[in-house]
Amino acid sequence: MEQKYIPKSSIKAWLTSIKDDGKHIYAPVAENGKTHFKRVKSVDEISMGHVQTAQSAKGMVFPRTEKLFSYVRQQGDVALQDYDPNDIPCSTVVFGLHPCDAAAFKPMTSVFNWGSEDKPFSERMQRVALVSISCSKCDVFCFCTSVNGHPGSTEGSDILLTAIGDDGYLVEIITEKGKALADKHAEFFEAAATCISKEEHLAPVPVKFSAGEVQRKMAGAFEGEIWKKQPLRCLGCGACAFVCPACTCFDIQENAKGSNGGDRMRCWDSCGFSLFTLHTSGHNPRGAQSQRWRQRLLHKFCYMPERLSVRGCTGCGRCSRACPVDMNLSELLNEFELI
Amino acid sequence: MNELKSKVKELLGSKEIDLFIGYEQGTRLPRPLLAASCEEADRLIFDEYCTGNLAVYLTRKDLVGGKKVGIAASYYAMRSISRLLDENQLQEGAVKIFGLPPDGAGLKVFETVAEVKQHLQEAPAPPKQVEDGWVKEIEEMPAAERWRFWASELSKCFRCYACRAACPMCYCTKCIVEVNRPQWVQPWAATASNMEWQINRVMHMAGRCADCGACGAACPLGLPVHIIAHKMVEMVTQNFGEPAGKGNVLSTFSPNDKENFIR
Ligand code: SF4
Ligand code: SF4
Ligand code: SF4
Repeated sequence: MEQKYIPKSSIKAWLTSIKDDGKHIYAPVAENGKTHFKRVKSVDEISMGHVQTAQSAKGMVFPRTEKLFSYVRQQGDVALQDYDPNDIPCSTVVFGLHPCDAAAFKPMTSVFNWGSEDKPFSERMQRVALVSISCSKCDVFCFCTSVNGHPGSTEGSDILLTAIGDDGYLVEIITEKGKALADKHAEFFEAAATCISKEEHLAPVPVKFSAGEVQRKMAGAFEGEIWKKQPLRCLGCGACAFVCPACTCFDIQENAKGSNGGDRMRCWDSCGFSLFTLHTSGHNPRGAQSQRWRQRLLHKFCYMPERLSVRGCTGCGRCSRACPVDMNLSELLNEFELI
Repeated sequence: MNELKSKVKELLGSKEIDLFIGYEQGTRLPRPLLAASCEEADRLIFDEYCTGNLAVYLTRKDLVGGKKVGIAASYYAMRSISRLLDENQLQEGAVKIFGLPPDGAGLKVFETVAEVKQHLQEAPAPPKQVEDGWVKEIEEMPAAERWRFWASELSKCFRCYACRAACPMCYCTKCIVEVNRPQWVQPWAATASNMEWQINRVMHMAGRCADCGACGAACPLGLPVHIIAHKMVEMVTQNFGEPAGKGNVLSTFSPNDKENFIR
């Protein structure tokens, strides 16, 4: 891994040059008290005052709504038009995401490309580069360090910037994609001082539980009362799943255009919705919210580590910040350690 | 607070109630607590910060079905309870309602519809300055700008339905957005269908909405969807008077209606 240094004053110029090369730039933009990832027209729109953006960056590769294919009915026959990757912007740089968001691209890839490659997801992945920023502050909901993450982790990023004081950033160039972005505009970068220690510039995120212990306890507690007790106040909305960088559930819908054709759509779904597993017969194998809560946690903290060797949670804390009834995930996971 | 704890423990102990819907201290603010034992009741709190509308749990059959229930009701929760009584979603006397009357005399238990309605008449409604400010600001916008404002805000909606889940009056077992034969509203996120969704949600609240703001407070993206409901409440009151007891103004019909196209 190559290390460089970039003065704070050069960051905007570097991003502007990338934009002038024709790439799209998505970055955090503050609006009405929340921060959202948006395509920016000018780098001056970018704001970095937040602890965490309202949504994660997953929409870059797994949009909330995507057309998978179209069909037209013609004289008793059906003509299919397959997914067209040319509809995707050819090259996008996501700037300013935090390590917990970058890390989530691994569990997403494991799910979408499990067995066979998911074309829309992979086509988008190829076209996206991640320029992340280490966390210099955290809040009470963050718990990356409890799930193998770290406020300065390079996992998933193409480039990771870490603010060193107020004047500039340590630049860690992790992948070929990252190298290309830095080399193209080498004039903005300087050599990194050999004595820089990243650690002291990172947010102090406390370890709240042992993920291994939680996994072991959960796996042995399928019939436990805890699954019924914890989600009593849960309202069964989709907020936690939709803001989660690692949640990948989707629904397939039909955008029928009369009887002559239409589009097949993929859109976000949540295992917390009561409709998620409802059968046409009326039977619902997960009819109670407690069963859906159990599924959500077991999937993230047991099934994924067992089958895909990756956890379905990076500890970003978004679900807990977004929850209308304060289902604080690290607090609830902690309770498993105690059973 | 201790008065609430001991009263709830007493009711749980004597089996007068099986479940108490109240608040406990949460990560940053009070959060709902569904207490079924004295041990759990010890975590109860009830003060001016307890504003979340707990009436949302009263129509959850999986939680309260077949149970005798008590609830700590903020002013707006009391209003929701009154509407739920009007709509036959609650039976009079079936729920023990704990409120804080404005006379400062402390906790009071409301048993009858008349007591609930009287409380709503007497207690001052918590102010809605922030909401009124939003409405004023939006109304002052020229139409094109107002359209851009709502299009921009609702373009962000990702259809998590937290606004619906947090609303005590959204108790349908099948929501119109989930009806797919025929499909009234496209269920995936896109600006136009997001607008349809919010307009539908709010229209279904006409004359029913308690103006508690739970929908907007629940939205993880901070979209001001409660402002639409707030404005709707204002318009309904202007045109039809206080909704108390009259139900959904879009679905009730009176032979004496002053409009004759309806007859
Ligand atoms: S489960 Fe919650 S904390 Fe974990 S990655 Fe998802 S949103 Fe973040
Ligand atoms: S955001 Fe909270 S209330 Fe909504 S489904 Fe998730 S845990 Fe339940
Ligand atoms: S809570 Fe917000 S994002 Fe979710 S459906 Fe309602 S308006 Fe949309």
